Amino acid sequence: MKYPILTEKQLDAIDEILEEKLIKAGVRNVMLIDMAGNTISKQDNGQFKIDTMAFAALAAGNFAAVEAMAKLVGESEFSLLFHKGETASVHFSKVSQNFLLITMFQKDLSLGIIRLKVTDTIDAINSIIYS
Amino acid sequence: MAFINIRSKEVQVKIVYYGPGRGGKTANLEYIYKKYRNNITTEMVSLKTHDDRTLFFDFLPFDVGKIKGYDVSIQLYTVPGQVKYNATRKLVLKGVDGIVFVADAMVEQRQRNIDSLIQLRENLDSYNLNLNTIPLVMQYNKYDLKDAGVPLLSTQTMQQDLNSQLRVPAFAASALVGGNVIATLKKIISLTLSSIQDQLF
Repeated sequence: MKYPILTEKQLDAIDEILEEKLIKAGVRNVMLIDMAGNTISKQDNGQFKIDTMAFAALAAGNFAAVEAMAKLVGESEFSLLFHKGETASVHFSKVSQNFLLITMFQKDLSLGIIRLKVTDTIDAINSIIYS
Repeated sequence: MAFINIRSKEVQVKIVYYGPGRGGKTANLEYIYKKYRNNITTEMVSLKTHDDRTLFFDFLPFDVGKIKGYDVSIQLYTVPGQVKYNATRKLVLKGVDGIVFVADAMVEQRQRNIDSLIQLRENLDSYNLNLNTIPLVMQYNKYDLKDAGVPLLSTQTMQQDLNSQLRVPAFAASALVGGNVIATLKKIISLTLSSIQDQLF
């Protein structure tokens, strides 16, 4: 399944949403990738740089592996993943059939607020892509 | 290193099909799965993108019977071939016991084969494994395309490019129709098993 071609205007709008809703809320890095691990948009707070290309490829692989695990237990998917670290944590959420939103944040932010912000962001992204 | 369970007398051997993108690694596993479906009790796992490119790995486990009282199970993996997935490729190589390098015989893929082999050496280095000593079989794939008039590299050229120093067993193959797929598999299994026998006994 192919996703629609995104226009420059849509990409700008997505950048803006990620910045506005997540980075300004204190999130460290945020990436929107497709299920093949290609980066659609990435934003960070300027303090933490990571190898986004490798990260996106691994994240997509990870998500595919978890999806295969879900099928083994009779679920169609686990649409949300959360990896907790000592100081940094990563939250993965499926945006649609084609996209994955990855949010990296420090322990000063609670998972609850991230989930709220992510849900809000996903709605906004979907309305940009599919409207 | 092979996983050996002394108590349950099991040996698990990990064989990875490595090589450039669209070279036929997944096709090898699919052929093996199709051919031995009646003997393979588990499903083949394929983690791929919407357009059928391998994203993480394909996984095909099967048993090959007993050797010296140990149940031997072989786990076949493929890596994603596309350049951008090197971090993923490296993960799949962890704990590898034997490698099949699937090279693409199409003329236009010549450099990609060489680059992929160089990267394989680097990736193995990061696990303190050596390409020169690990059980390895070369497979030059896509010789069925000759009939379709697609320009192909001769096996001599492939040998010179990829195997002049390594000097490991090599097969001209066609993964799609199954030519030499099983021969390659048998060869890598026998090489890998004889290399882990020292660890067993």
